[in-house]
Amino acid sequence: MIKVKLFATLREGRQKEVVFDYFDGITGKYIIDMLDIKEDDVAIYLINGIDGKINDKLKDGDVVSIFPPVGGG
Amino acid sequence: MVFGYAGKILRVDLTNRRFRVEDLNLELAKKYIGGRGLATKIFYDEVDPKVEPFSKENKVIIATGPLTGTSAPASGRYMVVTKSPLTGTIASSNSGGYFGAELKLAGYDMIILEGKSDRPVYILIDDDKVEIKDAGNLWGKLVSETTDFLKNIHGEKAKVLCIGPAGERLVKIAAVINDYDRAAGRSGVGAVIGSKNVKAIVVKGSNKVQFYDEERVKDVVSNKIKMLRENGITGQGLPTYGTAVLVNIINENGIFPVANFQKSYTEYADKISGETMAKDILVRKNPCYRCPIACGRWVRLKDGREVGGPEYETLWAFGADCNVYDIDAVAKANYLCNEYGLDTISTGATIAAAMELYEKGYIKDEDIKEDGLSLRFGDSDAIIGWTKKIGLREGFGDNMAEGSYRLCQKYGAVELSMTVKKQELPAYDPRGVQGHGLEYATSNRGGCHVRGYMISPEILGAPQKLDRFSLEGKAEWVKIFQDLTAVIDSLGLCLFTSFALSAKDYIELYNAVCGFDFNQETILEAGERIWNLERIFNLKAGIDPKEDKLPKRLLQEPIPEGPSKGHVHKLSDLLPKYYEVRGWDEKGYPKKETLIKLNIE
Repeated sequence: MIKVKLFATLREGRQKEVVFDYFDGITGKYIIDMLDIKEDDVAIYLINGIDGKINDKLKDGDVVSIFPPVGGG
Repeated sequence: MVFGYAGKILRVDLTNRRFRVEDLNLELAKKYIGGRGLATKIFYDEVDPKVEPFSKENKVIIATGPLTGTSAPASGRYMVVTKSPLTGTIASSNSGGYFGAELKLAGYDMIILEGKSDRPVYILIDDDKVEIKDAGNLWGKLVSETTDFLKNIHGEKAKVLCIGPAGERLVKIAAVINDYDRAAGRSGVGAVIGSKNVKAIVVKGSNKVQFYDEERVKDVVSNKIKMLRENGITGQGLPTYGTAVLVNIINENGIFPVANFQKSYTEYADKISGETMAKDILVRKNPCYRCPIACGRWVRLKDGREVGGPEYETLWAFGADCNVYDIDAVAKANYLCNEYGLDTISTGATIAAAMELYEKGYIKDEDIKEDGLSLRFGDSDAIIGWTKKIGLREGFGDNMAEGSYRLCQKYGAVELSMTVKKQELPAYDPRGVQGHGLEYATSNRGGCHVRGYMISPEILGAPQKLDRFSLEGKAEWVKIFQDLTAVIDSLGLCLFTSFALSAKDYIELYNAVCGFDFNQETILEAGERIWNLERIFNLKAGIDPKEDKLPKRLLQEPIPEGPSKGHVHKLSDLLPKYYEVRGWDEKGYPKKETLIKLNIE
């Protein structure tokens, strides 16, 4: 199982959290395609809280957090 | 003809209730840009660094920059420069809103407050008409009461800067507030103004800033506004959610300090996030002068009142740092900080430190019995109640009004104060962001995130993504960020423009407005000059370079859980390299050749 957490504008028209069944070879790219999120809208992509790449293969149990461009301070 | 600058300084002698208007030294202005830089230079030349912060010999400079009050985007900023009663370092606290621009349009680059009035006064500035007026009836009033009263007398157009009861009572974490809810928040600058018996400054301006090249300014400004609108952070993220959008990002990275930095991740962050704020309490945006970003928020409190909303740092300080996940309570505490004139970061973080002192048995029930409030982590009523008591120095709040360092010191537990140079750290655990931790340790005003915001490259990926755990190149990055920030602060622009703009863009604006010929090298050198002058002031004030450090917890106790689990901050590996790239000796003193290169006498 892969838990996907969405934030900020990515929540518009989507759930805050989506769960995907794990399969060998599942990547962030597959997930954002399924969720209809454009690659350009992914500014911060974390796998278990650590910077990842959307083409990295995921492991069963991973938590993915996806943010559009955001900042502050 | 003077371009960009107003060309005048208003010097107010409070002791003798006199004022005089002086010409700005343009050559000096060019060397130190304006705002934070020029005010620091003038302060350094006029005030003994060893001055006691609340004595009449300390001065307060309220300074705009050459771009303040112009058509440049986000150009409403001004700076309050003085010696801090909290840190003993130079203080320079920045604020937005409308006051700074109005001061510039009244014809002044800066106001220098000196001496001390023997009774409460306010200063009225209407272009070249200046009066020092009695404020006896305003002493003790909240910020909104003071501002309403003065606007009633002097007109809706008048812009008001004032202190609340906290500044009057010399609370060491008191802020200066302008336009009801914008704060020059940090380092206790409000208390210094209070010590001079100044309650408020009211300003009305009807001039226009002159440009060297009107047409060029028009083109450059519209190009920069376009860049801000097209950038994801300044065009989308900040306008939609305000700074609060950071709550989830910082928490997901496991660097969101919880319960006075005992943990760095919470499963409840979303309850106090920008997303939740937008859904539950947001009324509208609350923008500053000429700002296309408009990150300020206007929110509805539980009792129905509509007020300025909490920033990210505030949501953290009263929220996760006190283990409170009640957005209504945090919005209320934020509102009280604005009314009493308190720094939200230091107030929330001091309450958090008091909560840990209580949890660990240092503060006993009998110490706070009379106050009728708990000091338990997670208590929403406590964050609201203690904020008022700090603002009034009432009951045990009197001890907390000294800030967390002096509070923890009183109990022999300074290690529980999450401060650098006695100023409370903001909302990012440096154990999981190495460059940002170096920035905390070396900030010239003590614990602070906006002297070189390394979160931008290390977390947000702007201008490029750096590995947050790596030490590689971080000293160099911190130096450049610190120097560029000094430039932006001195120009009078909002730091948030830097998510979209780079040094080149600031140079284009500055040159077009003033007719100067700065390039990348000379502008960053000006920033470096400002940084070094602040450092020299601090050294002469008696701040030992050994104070370039972080709380023991962050150096020795690994983060216990979450995505940054197991990490500590590696300051001792970073600091020597930082001193080297700064051109300082191994002990942290600027080398003579560095000062000669920067043309600092």
